[in-house]
Amino acid sequence: MRRGEDLRRYLRQEAMPNVWCPGCGHGNVMTALTKACDATQLDLDNTVVVGGIGCASRMPFFLNTNAMHTTHGRALTFATGIKLARPDLTVIAVMGDGDALAIGGNHLIHACRRNIDLTALILNNEIYGMTGGQLAPSTPQGMRSATSPFGSIEMPFDTVELALAAGATYVARTTTFDFDEMPRLIQAALAHPGFSLIEILTQCPTYFGRLNKLGAGRALLDYEKDMTEPLETLTREDLAGKLPTGVFRDEIRPEYTRRYAALCERARKGARD
Amino acid sequence: MEQLIQGNEACALGALRAGCSFFAGYPISPSSEIMEWMARLLPPRGGVFVQMEDELASLGAVIGASWTGAKAMTATSGPGFSLMQEHIGYAAMTETPCVIVDSQRVGPSTGMPTMPAQGDVMQARWGSHGDRPAIVLTASSVRDTYEMTVEAFNLSETYRLPVVLLLDATLSHMRENVTFREIDVITRARPASAEGFEPFGSPEFMPLGNGARFMVTGLAHDETGHQRASNGAADRLLRRAIDRLDAEAERIAHTRRYQLEDASLVFISYGITARAARAAVDELRAEGIRAGLLELLTLWPVPDPLVGSVARDADAIVVPELNLGQVALLVRARAGATPTFPLGRVNGTLLRPDEIASAGRAALHGDRNVR
Repeated sequence: MRRGEDLRRYLRQEAMPNVWCPGCGHGNVMTALTKACDATQLDLDNTVVVGGIGCASRMPFFLNTNAMHTTHGRALTFATGIKLARPDLTVIAVMGDGDALAIGGNHLIHACRRNIDLTALILNNEIYGMTGGQLAPSTPQGMRSATSPFGSIEMPFDTVELALAAGATYVARTTTFDFDEMPRLIQAALAHPGFSLIEILTQCPTYFGRLNKLGAGRALLDYEKDMTEPLETLTREDLAGKLPTGVFRDEIRPEYTRRYAALCERARKGARD
Repeated sequence: MEQLIQGNEACALGALRAGCSFFAGYPISPSSEIMEWMARLLPPRGGVFVQMEDELASLGAVIGASWTGAKAMTATSGPGFSLMQEHIGYAAMTETPCVIVDSQRVGPSTGMPTMPAQGDVMQARWGSHGDRPAIVLTASSVRDTYEMTVEAFNLSETYRLPVVLLLDATLSHMRENVTFREIDVITRARPASAEGFEPFGSPEFMPLGNGARFMVTGLAHDETGHQRASNGAADRLLRRAIDRLDAEAERIAHTRRYQLEDASLVFISYGITARAARAAVDELRAEGIRAGLLELLTLWPVPDPLVGSVARDADAIVVPELNLGQVALLVRARAGATPTFPLGRVNGTLLRPDEIASAGRAALHGDRNVR
C-alpha cells in the first residue's frame, strides 16, 4: 500500500471538499477504496463508480473515475445496464443502508441472484444521514432516530444473511474500525468474478451518535468494535448480540455476463441452423 | 416484401432497424410481445436483452447502457409507465438518449389491462417532477409503429432525450399487411476528442469508459457535470434544451392532413382513434358535409402553428380520443374562437366511425353535448 499522497490521483480534486460531516466514517471507506484501487492498479478510465442517493452515494463525486450518481435505491440497476453493455468495465456500486436495503432492497437481491460481476459497497451507518437521521431498515432494535424517538421496535435486516440467501458469491462484512482490513476486503471483492458485496459498518456522529448519546467519531468506532467480532474467533454462543465480521462466502459460480455471452453464441448458431 | 405483422412485433423490428442493441424490460400487458421479440432477436445479433425485476430497474439499466453508447429501449404499459417517471426525469436531466414505448391501457391503476386507451398523453409529457424537454410520438397503424419506433430513436439520438412512443392495446395486438420502407438512421455524434470536451449541454455524446472521466448526476449540474445548485447553470442548460426543441418543433412534428383544404368541420385525432376519424370524414363527405382530419403523430412538442391555423379556419373542431379530453385541452388552447368539442371514451372500447360522425354533426349545430 502506498502512502496517502500517492492516493490523490484516485480522487477528483476539483470536487473537494467532500460533503461528509466531521467524524463521519464515509471518508475512511473512500480511503480504503482508493488503497484497494491502487493495490489492484485499477484502470481508472475503464472503471465506473455508481452511487444511489444519500451520504454514502455521494462518493462517486470524489473519485477520479467515470462516475454516475443516480436515483435513490436504484444504483444497481444502472450498474447492471453498464456492465451488461460493456462487460470489460469494472463497475462499483456505492450505497448507503437506506439506499441499498430499504428503497433498493429489491434491486439488491436480484443483483445477488444474477451473480453479475459488480462490486457493491454498502456503507451501513444504521440511520438515514442526508435526510436528517430517520429510522433505517438497519437500525438496531431500541435505537433512537428522528422517526423512532421512543426507540425502534423494528427488526433490522442482517445484510450479510440477506446477500447470502439471495445468491451473492462474495459476501463480507467489516467496519471502519478495521481500517487495515477494509482495503484488503475491497481488493478481494474487486478481483472476484461475480457479484461481490461488502457491508461496511460506518459511523454517523451527527445523527446516530447524537440521537443515541453514543458520542462522536472515536466513541462510535468503539461502538463498532464492541458490536462486532471476527468470524473465525466466534463460536455460536459468542454470537449472541455480536455481528460477525470477515468473509462469509467466496466462491466461483457462473457469472452473468459470461453466461450471457455464451447464450448469444448459442442463439447465433441456432439462428444459422 | 409484404408481411403480416403484429403491432408489437413491428415495434421490435423498428427498434432493430434503428440500431437498438439493448433492451431491458418487465412483463406487462399489452406490451409484453415487444420484449418477447427482443428476447428472441437481440442475442443472435450480439445485443443485450435482460428481464429486470421491475420497471424502475428496467429504465435504470437502459440509461446505464445508453451511457456506454448503446442505443437502448424499454417497453411497458400504464402502471409500469407510472413507475418509470422518476427515471424519465433522470434521463432528461442527464441528457441520456433512450426510447420508452408505452402501450396504453385503461387506467387509472390496474384499470383494464388488455383494453385500449389513450390516457397517458399528459403523463408522457408531465409525469416526472419538474420542467423538462419532452418528445412524445404515437402511431395509428402497424406500419406507423415500425416507422415511429425508428423515428423515436432518431430523435432521441439527435436531441439526447428520452423519447416516448405511445401505442395502445389494440394497435399492439393488431396485425396488418405491411411492406417496410427504408428509413434513414441517426446515431448520436461523438466528440472528436475527450480533451476539453464538456459532456452536457452539447449534442455530442461521450460514452463512459472512453477516456473522459466525468460525473453524470441527476443533481443540478453545469456543462462539465459538476454539481451546481445555484449559479444559474442548471437553469441555463434546461432552458437551452427546451428552446432547442421549441425552435425545431416543426421539424419534429409529424402530422397527416386528410381532406382539410375546404373543411369546415375538423377532427383532430391521433393513434388508433385517428383511423376511425378518417372513416368518419368519408361518411360525412358522402353526406355533403365538408369534414377533414388532422392526424397527429407527434403529440409533444405540440405542432403549434399547424394546429392553430387548421383550428382557426374551421367552423367547429371535434377531438376524438380514448381519454376524457387530454389533447382536446391542448387544441382548445390553440383554437382561438373556433368551438372545440372533446369526444372522449374510457370504457375500454374504441370510438366507432359512426359515433365520431354523429359527434361531428352535433358539433356543427353547436350542440355542446357531443359526447
